[in-house]
Amino acid sequence: MNRVTPKPLPETNLPRLNQVGKPLRRIDALGKAVGATVYAADYSMPNMLHAKVFRSPVPSARIVKLDVSKARALPGVVCVMTGEDTHGAKLNTDLPGQTGRETRAGSDAPVLASDVVRYVGEPIALVAAETLAIAEQALKQIELEFEDLPGVYDPIEAMKPGAPILFAPDNVVARYKIRKGDLEAGMAQADVIVENTFKMPFVEHAYLEPDGGVAWVDEQGVINIRVCTQVIEHFRSIARALNVPQNRIRIRGTMVGGGFGSKEDITVEIFLAFLARETGRPVKLVYTREEAFAATSKRHPFTITHRTGVRKDGRITASQVSMVADSGAYPYLTPYVLLYATAMAAGPYKIDNLHVDSVAAATNQTFTSAFRGFGGPQAALGYEQQMDEIAKTLGLDPLAVRQVNYMKTGDTTATGQEVKTAAWLEETATRAVAALGEQAASTPTRKIGRGMASTFQSYGRIMWFHDTSQAWVGMEQDGTAVIRCGVPDIGAGQSNSICQIVAEILGVPLDQVTIYATDSAVTPLAGTSTATRQLYMSGNAVSLASNTIRARLLTRAAVKLGVRGDELEIANSRVSVLGDESRYIEHKDLVRLCASEGIGLSHLAQFNAPFTEGLDPETGQGDIWPDFTFGAQAVEVAVDTETGEIELLKSVACHDVGRAINPAAVHGQIAGGSHQGLGYALMEDFELQNGIIKTPSFAEYLIPTVLDFPTTQTIILESGTGVGPFGAKGIGEPALTPAAPAVANAVADALGVRIHQLPFTPKRVLAAMDAIRGATT
Amino acid sequence: MPKVMNITLTINGRTHALGVQPNAVLLHTLRDLGCTDVKNGCEIGECGACAVLLNGKPINSCMVLTVQADGADIVTNAGLGTMDKPHVIQEAFADAGAIQCGFCTPGMVISTKALLDRNPDPTEAEIREALSGNLCRCTGYGQIIAAVRLSAERLQNLSVYGASSLREEGREHDSSNRVLESGDQTEVGGAS
Repeated sequence: MNRVTPKPLPETNLPRLNQVGKPLRRIDALGKAVGATVYAADYSMPNMLHAKVFRSPVPSARIVKLDVSKARALPGVVCVMTGEDTHGAKLNTDLPGQTGRETRAGSDAPVLASDVVRYVGEPIALVAAETLAIAEQALKQIELEFEDLPGVYDPIEAMKPGAPILFAPDNVVARYKIRKGDLEAGMAQADVIVENTFKMPFVEHAYLEPDGGVAWVDEQGVINIRVCTQVIEHFRSIARALNVPQNRIRIRGTMVGGGFGSKEDITVEIFLAFLARETGRPVKLVYTREEAFAATSKRHPFTITHRTGVRKDGRITASQVSMVADSGAYPYLTPYVLLYATAMAAGPYKIDNLHVDSVAAATNQTFTSAFRGFGGPQAALGYEQQMDEIAKTLGLDPLAVRQVNYMKTGDTTATGQEVKTAAWLEETATRAVAALGEQAASTPTRKIGRGMASTFQSYGRIMWFHDTSQAWVGMEQDGTAVIRCGVPDIGAGQSNSICQIVAEILGVPLDQVTIYATDSAVTPLAGTSTATRQLYMSGNAVSLASNTIRARLLTRAAVKLGVRGDELEIANSRVSVLGDESRYIEHKDLVRLCASEGIGLSHLAQFNAPFTEGLDPETGQGDIWPDFTFGAQAVEVAVDTETGEIELLKSVACHDVGRAINPAAVHGQIAGGSHQGLGYALMEDFELQNGIIKTPSFAEYLIPTVLDFPTTQTIILESGTGVGPFGAKGIGEPALTPAAPAVANAVADALGVRIHQLPFTPKRVLAAMDAIRGATT
Repeated sequence: MPKVMNITLTINGRTHALGVQPNAVLLHTLRDLGCTDVKNGCEIGECGACAVLLNGKPINSCMVLTVQADGADIVTNAGLGTMDKPHVIQEAFADAGAIQCGFCTPGMVISTKALLDRNPDPTEAEIREALSGNLCRCTGYGQIIAAVRLSAERLQNLSVYGASSLREEGREHDSSNRVLESGDQTEVGGAS
């Protein structure tokens, strides 16, 4: 890559704030530091039972006989449940609107399989016993007779005539298309047509906290489930499965020890609900690491083909993209993930003539669902590797080709949605590349390469979901503030950001704000901690609530101090006259004054995301998301041509986050997201062979340790244009997306040839080099 | 059933007389005794979330039979400090933004304690080596390394100036005292 200088930033006019924008210590940090935080598995109750799940050892079979009588007879076993006992209850994994407009009969995952099993690890029976040891023993007493059925282990094979069918009529789980402009006319304008196919593996989330929880039935008959989840609203699906009213299930979320999308699906909580109701006793279920690997979702493997028409100057005249995704054994969130990938398939580029065709098919493998980025990272591995291949074909600099095609504010995405906020693609890319500094020198056996990627990613959910978030904010009589907001904190600082926003608006120090979060019975529902939506949605909800209270405080203080409301400032637990600090009223006095006059100082607010109709099914055109985050990453690698090992030498990521509510947390999101993306490129491969998991634990499935990569340098830009509070954009998912394609491009730069399949293992590097030698001799 | 064995363990300064199965694993024994700060992440010694100090040395408690620890002095993360009186290392982790989901933190703090006990001024390479058995999936490790550096600095100040110095400087609870990774930067649009 050529050397570049950072593009100057446009003028912004961000207001100066007291608490927002400061790298304050997160409200949850100290409790976690001293080990006081009570995670899902840390909670116990008197008289509690211990549960285990009996799972399928095979990927495709008909259950001939399931005999649990010996397990039931084991002393200390209190309950064994099979699909018969759960009355064939389903998990709601194929919601209307996913696979077309209707739920497809039979494709919903059963809570417990009773007829056929479709992947290794599929749950078949539940055991609850007095001790964990007895529950484990009982699993061994369950007798399963099965008849192997033919399986299918590749989505392309799964769509061929004669393939074993997981669900009638065929294995297609979802299919989308985009038709924009005139593809053939665009291709006709091209000087060159570049075509490439890229492949990506299954990836495991590898959150450190295995899934777990405790459930019990309380004195009202309400089933309480204390669980680590990204979605407390699953109480509704659980109620449906148990055939009880929705107000009879309460989910008390815990601090989540990492989720990354995996805890977006229902995991242990539905088993716990059935067992607690059946036994009338508290029940605990915690997955082992191996179980968390086998029984929860993975990132979708994709095969993506780009056929791009370009002019000699790098301008893209037409783009045709096809995508095939592996859904695994059940749909879960596959249709949405595929939609995300489809709508982002062309990248952050202005492309007027575009066709995208995407399909996801079922196979007898671990199911795939949400994983940080939600199809965006796979799409980016397609379009960003293709951009470098275009540059190589044309003999142009990779950044220069991108600069010709970058979308700008006012341009439209693949689905025709106009980008209305800052699209700082050049600003982020030039900074990331420039920060790499001097390039190391190659030697004959150590090839140095550089690569970059520019990506965009939505934040906020698909707009036809009518997304909402509710938050309650109130002042106590001593001037402290309380928030009630059902936001699950999955470690990214969701709770803290919300507290910092309220602290800013109400003018109280952060340590005088308390949040009650993530309990479906006592916290107003704030929606899922997914889709990079909590800062946007719940941040706006608490802003609405606290601004209402702030207005009341200022109105009353203005009367008291004999000035107009706009002559006041609110900070440091007092309201004071601007320019005259001697005239003020402290919050505690103001709150009492309001209380004595019946002025309410609490407020429940609801923030509604914008609403649109769905995309046109024939053209894929329409608005999908509230907004987008733009960013870039640049890396330098060294490839050892004798061992095939790749060493990451430098990594820089730069994102426009709109406004960093807590810069320390934003740096952490970017550096951590980058690390996951680097692992995706260089290490991680959740391998299955004929449906059997070959990487069942952390001994085989390797994620980055502190020794594997240098820390990614992070550069935060603040355009102030986001649709979140104070102009913030989301960063949780966008942080991951550019890392892997940047590495892919650096490796290709170093080797002079591209490896088309992730991850870039030494074996693949050596094979690629053998191919070069073969071609040149 | 195998025979119960009688042993004693000193955990965070308190001695317990226990009857345990010979195949009991220290991780489970500790958690059953209420040490829920010792996390179960893999049970095969790969993730480091269950790390504790056993006679001053960091070990993965999932890889030790409880009977092997008979008579040992065990310190878990919660034994180092509390919400009211956090250990310097715990406080540094909180201040440095080193904690996201927090599940790896107790093990990270233990590895840091073991490192700084034997090497009060470690290089970045030494820090990385010392933390190489602890997986973190959230942070990318940069802020954790910064937390270890911050811990080392604060502990050295303590040993030079005495325990009261940090408090006098108001540093212990000053959350603005966070150290960013070198090179990290925040840039706002021009002319703001």
